[in-house]
Amino acid sequence: MNEVTVFIMGKGYRVPAGLTIMKAMEYAGYRLTRGCGCRGGYCGACATVYRLKGDYRLYADLACQTPVQDGMYIAQLPFTPAERPPYVLDELKPEGATLLALFPELARCVACNTCTKACPQKLEVMDAVQASLRGDIRQVAELTFDCVSCGLCTMRCPAEISHHHVWQLARRLNGAYLTPRAEHVQARVAEIAAGKFNGELDRLVRMTRDELVAAYKARQIEA
Amino acid sequence: MKRLAYFPGCAMKDQARADEAGTLHALALLGYEIAEIPRWNCCGTVYSLAQDDLMRHVGPVRNLVRVQGMGERRVLTLCAMCYGTLARSARFVQDPERLQRINAFMDTEDDFRGGIEVVHLLTLLRDEVGYEKLAARVKRSLDGLRIATYYGCVLLRPREFAVDDPDRPEVMERVVEALGGTPVAFPERTECCGAYLTVGRKDIVEERVERILRSARGGGADVVVTTCPLCQFNLAERRLPQAPSVPVLYLGQVLGWALGAEEPAIADLLAGRPGASEPVCSGGAR
Amino acid sequence: MASELDLSRDRLDAPFARRVEELSGENPYACYQCGKCSAGCPFADHMDALPNQVLRLVQLGDESALTLSAPWVCASCLACGVRCPKGVDIAKTMEALRLLALRKGISHFPLTPDRPCPQIALVGAFRKLTP
Ligand code: SF4
Ligand code: SF4
Ligand code: SF4
Ligand code: SF4
Ligand code: FES
Repeated sequence: MNEVTVFIMGKGYRVPAGLTIMKAMEYAGYRLTRGCGCRGGYCGACATVYRLKGDYRLYADLACQTPVQDGMYIAQLPFTPAERPPYVLDELKPEGATLLALFPELARCVACNTCTKACPQKLEVMDAVQASLRGDIRQVAELTFDCVSCGLCTMRCPAEISHHHVWQLARRLNGAYLTPRAEHVQARVAEIAAGKFNGELDRLVRMTRDELVAAYKARQIEA
Repeated sequence: MKRLAYFPGCAMKDQARADEAGTLHALALLGYEIAEIPRWNCCGTVYSLAQDDLMRHVGPVRNLVRVQGMGERRVLTLCAMCYGTLARSARFVQDPERLQRINAFMDTEDDFRGGIEVVHLLTLLRDEVGYEKLAARVKRSLDGLRIATYYGCVLLRPREFAVDDPDRPEVMERVVEALGGTPVAFPERTECCGAYLTVGRKDIVEERVERILRSARGGGADVVVTTCPLCQFNLAERRLPQAPSVPVLYLGQVLGWALGAEEPAIADLLAGRPGASEPVCSGGAR
Repeated sequence: MASELDLSRDRLDAPFARRVEELSGENPYACYQCGKCSAGCPFADHMDALPNQVLRLVQLGDESALTLSAPWVCASCLACGVRCPKGVDIAKTMEALRLLALRKGISHFPLTPDRPCPQIALVGAFRKLTP
């Protein structure tokens, strides 16, 4: 079997080449109860930093998405302490000052771009911080749409900003106030509220198990 | 049209929008095609005074890299603080060793090669446009409005980066004159408002602001004008009840209005002056 | 303060003074204590030591300069530097003292700023007053 050597939390292991960091850790005997979730690159739970032999860089990536390489030094970061002040979305205004009032530390950004280099989703993280600072909520929401809240940027930032909480607030403000309402959704919500589907729902609730299975098999699937 | 790279800075996109709007209106009429630099970041507002704090220069220098990327040799700022940090950092990295270290650190950017000139609006108006041409483009005069021109710190200090003689500056007064206003002499025009102390020591700033406003009012000012959004904020928002109630506007608002832009703040001011018989926004020089 | 000064020469050229010089790039011994800086400082009233006194403490290598409030009241307005006949840029000395204090964990800045403040104020305050 083709094997490589990796160092997990400082201890060396021989593991099969081609495994992801997460699988390599499990192969080495770790049982992951934190720092592991979807295994598909979506949940952001598996933030990991590593170095490669002969390379000064500290790389940051998702353990479930990154294949092991020979001589990798790996440490997992199962949790990023990050401050998220409480807020009530309905009471906030979609204005520039809102982000800064809740996250004044945005003003500490020195534009070093370390966050961007750390982001496993390859987002322009620094640009999003700068947009937050100048209060461009829409741009923040767009730039951070694919953020998985792994916290790697936050761990690397010399300005100690809690990026993903800022992003989440910006997307919420954008969704709640700045994005036009989809008319068909509004219409459907009104229909539901008016009880248009109650009859059909009652029918489903009354079905036997076999009738349900048959109905499920016969359902229409969107192409 | 003369193309000019433009660094706005955070304030111009938020609190000082009126400054940007007025200034850009005026610059277009004065023959400039303003090109906002792409993906700019915060200038840092205050220049680092320490010898070992290289990181604090990264932000300003990154902006200069963007200017270089546009193929431009100079960049315009409206905000006094942006001017200060960008101009001083441009000088800071003239030292080859520092430049090399910053370039090595900013490994996601093209190397900065230096040679970008940072200009402030006031210098541009004086040295390139000229007071006469400016006066010739005035669409409606400020009609003798008594204007206290507040410089604050950054436009004048340190000496090497002063937009004018730090002891006896006159550029803002001359601009105001060209627009038909009457500059008001007041001793506090070059004294600090307290700047960033406004965050933790509001009390100190309030005291400074009261002094500055009294000084301006003592000269008979109808309005105080500044190019610094931090001065504007402090002078307008950090007032004790007993401080004179003179309004504080941006130079860009006055400039824009005189060159025909919409600016309700100025129209109101002219209409509301004691002794004003009718609104003076009827156009034409006196 | 004056009555407590120890004027022996071995306190001159103290390591602390050298450290401040290194960090600020300004030679504290260039100052001849004329006091012009303090006379022109718009914030001197609020300082527990006048700008020239701060420099004096540095000259004497007195680390108590790190616990003064003066550097935290200094607004980096540079009014002192432009009038100093010896060309000392005291704002740089003030910054060096803030940085040395911050690096020792001494801070005079409230962590929750008075809200609301615009970007330009927060960026400046964080850069000057926090580690
Ligand atoms: S922006 Fe930050 S938290 Fe979001 S995916 Fe990128 S590194 Fe992770
Ligand atoms: S790592 Fe922090 S300080 Fe650096 S650019 Fe990103 S947000 Fe700004
Ligand atoms: S003005 Fe200069 S020489 Fe005079 S006391 Fe101040 S720092 Fe010293
Ligand atoms: S820079 Fe500081 S010490 Fe010097 S005059 Fe201004 S506030 Fe005073
Ligand atoms: S486990 Fe969810 S992103 Fe890796």
